[in-house]
Amino acid sequence: MQDNRQPAAPLLTHKVEPISNGLHAIPMLAMLDPQGKPYEQAELPELSQDKAIKIHHAMVFTRLLDERMIAAQRQGRVSFYLACTGEEGAIVASAAATESLDMIMSQYREQGALVWRGYTPRQFMDQLFSNHLDPNKGRQMPIHYGDKALNFMTISSPLATQIPQAAGYAYGQKLSGQAAITLCYFGEGAASEGDFHAGLNMAAVLKCPAIFLCRNNGYAISTPAEEQFVGDGIASRGIGYGIKTLRVDGNDAMAMYAATLKAREIAIAESCPILIEAMTYRLAAHSTSDDPSGYRSQKEEQIWRERDPVLRWQYYLQQCGWFDQDAHHQWQSEMKNTLLQAMKDAEIVPVAPVSSMIEDVYHTPPWHLQRQLTQLQQHLERHPDAYDLRCLGEGE
Amino acid sequence: MAKMNLLQAVNHALQTAMEADEKVLVFGEDVGHFGGVFRATSHLQEKFGKTRCFNTPLTEQGIVGFANGLASQGHKPVAEIQFADYIYPAFDQIVNETAKARYRSGGQFECGNLTIRAPYGGGIAGGHYHSQSPESFFTHVPGIRVVIPRGPYQAKGLLLSAINSPDPVIFFEPKRLYRAAVGEVPEESYQLPLGIAEVLREGTDISLVAWGAQVEVIVKAADMAAEKGISCEVIDLQSLLPWDLETVATSVTKTGRLLINHEAPVTSGFGAEIAASIQQECFLSLEAPISRVCGLDTPFPLAHEKLYMPDHLKTFDAIVACVNY
Ligand SMILES: Cc1ncc(C[n+]2csc(CCOP(=O)(O)OP(=O)(O)O)c2C)c(N)n1
Ligand SMILES: [Mg+2]
Repeated sequence: MQDNRQPAAPLLTHKVEPISNGLHAIPMLAMLDPQGKPYEQAELPELSQDKAIKIHHAMVFTRLLDERMIAAQRQGRVSFYLACTGEEGAIVASAAATESLDMIMSQYREQGALVWRGYTPRQFMDQLFSNHLDPNKGRQMPIHYGDKALNFMTISSPLATQIPQAAGYAYGQKLSGQAAITLCYFGEGAASEGDFHAGLNMAAVLKCPAIFLCRNNGYAISTPAEEQFVGDGIASRGIGYGIKTLRVDGNDAMAMYAATLKAREIAIAESCPILIEAMTYRLAAHSTSDDPSGYRSQKEEQIWRERDPVLRWQYYLQQCGWFDQDAHHQWQSEMKNTLLQAMKDAEIVPVAPVSSMIEDVYHTPPWHLQRQLTQLQQHLERHPDAYDLRCLGEGE
Repeated sequence: MAKMNLLQAVNHALQTAMEADEKVLVFGEDVGHFGGVFRATSHLQEKFGKTRCFNTPLTEQGIVGFANGLASQGHKPVAEIQFADYIYPAFDQIVNETAKARYRSGGQFECGNLTIRAPYGGGIAGGHYHSQSPESFFTHVPGIRVVIPRGPYQAKGLLLSAINSPDPVIFFEPKRLYRAAVGEVPEESYQLPLGIAEVLREGTDISLVAWGAQVEVIVKAADMAAEKGISCEVIDLQSLLPWDLETVATSVTKTGRLLINHEAPVTSGFGAEIAASIQQECFLSLEAPISRVCGLDTPFPLAHEKLYMPDHLKTFDAIVACVNY
């Protein structure tokens, strides 16, 4: 570390030679090969059969949810959806390495982490249909989940804002003596925002026990990663900020699990942040508002489809003798039914009452909001048929 | 003349400006090859090459800071902020740099050539992060112009004026009208004056003022009022900073009543500025308190979007209340 106040013997050079590359290429941690077979030198973390199956279920469930909801959006049942497809390995396995006390701050494509934490099909649907049972009271677009009980911070659409917040949250965890960390997810596109740089530097300087997990999935909407940055990915930046850094094959759930476990251990033991760059691919369209055929080829997508993280995990389970084809199929069809039923149930639930419109703006609605609500209610009474809303009746 | 929607008119304006002046550069998140998430910059990279129309990294503060540098060097950057809701990371660059570059250097340096485009407003089920109308944050900043078109013809003419204006312009585009508003647009280049409002309909009983997507709302309310025998004068402000006090004051002097409609929250919205100025100018002509029909003082809702909107019904009721005051 360079400190100008202590001019200890610095490393000298006498040639004008700009350093154009980092000190060395950053390797990518890989544990399972594409056939799910552990690499010879890989030191696999301890993982029980139960947990391995639970990870598989969470990945498959995430995919089923995504498929269900993309179809629902096409049918006009929800306005918007955004899928995690292709990134389930990176998300579920990293979440599986956390403890329930750990806070998760997500960007928006990390529903797999919520699945892991136990968010139910019905809870997903209540949010997606903006009904009054959604803990966010139907105020946010579909997929902006949040659940205090599961330590999953409510998602905010403005990108990268959660990164410095994660530093602060983790600092607070440290001060209150909790053996807990904050796991902060974001995309490689979001890492171009000022908040990324501010957040990482703050976390490093203030020694915050946070894991910054970048999903480098190749695209930010239509913008390919090579138009996003020129350096060696996102990992090289962690090193620049003096943060311990890992680059991991994001489609290798075992590597993601091992990396996150280790990162958590270090973050708590040494009270410091860690950066993980998960190399993966956004197989889905950016969202249901997007059509990737305008900016990437089917051939490219096919290459990544063949690196499916969910299948790789299934192969691994098979090799361990932990995969029961029939049981899995039965579970899967049960899940499909559960999802469909949850959707049917949630979509007929009314939205929050009109009075909720002024709630949560302040701790207690001030006079001017109460007045505006009264005016609105009088307006609705004057025009009872003009507004087609499934609002929960007042006092219900 | 050609039939265009608002998006095509914006696209056409950008193409016209780029053809006319090679110093015009268009950039922002996803605006290059893809043509922008709304397709406002479609085919511009194809036509003008990657050095003049390009994707930027995902950083609004970077985009506007970069644009400030380009503008002060003599280029004419047209920077896109993907949604007005995401303009805040660029707030410092706009408020402290874009707006003050000329003033602080005594006129030696300036960002006058800069145009910042951003889709704004609700009506698309976007919730609070895809629906905001942040214009009044910027009308509080001396040194920038704020311009908002209501339809395709205005979009092209005003955007060309913005790009050629010697002052930096924030150009907010009503995204709910991007495809919905269709009209005749001249294919040749033309400019509509900045700082000038347009009287769309003359009337005698009350003046209605709005801008952007809400103009359509006050027109609808004026139609309803006409059925009740109330004659409304309908004004599209078009420019919010500097704004056309004269046109509005002349109208209110005639009608004696004023209603302002905007989607943004009522408190400290631009309507407050108009109301204060008009009571100063037209005090003796006013026959009723100036009425504001605006968004609630809450973040923009999702499930209750339709209730939040200052729609034609709320406007109509307020017109009647004003006239019967
Ligand atoms: C501050 C801000 N600017 C722009 C956007 C619009 N936007 C939403 S997602 C996105 C791309 C994000 O890409 P990345 O971070 O790589 O995540 P990915 O979608 O690949 O998971 C953009 C530009 C936004 N939500 N917030
Ligand atoms: Mg990405």
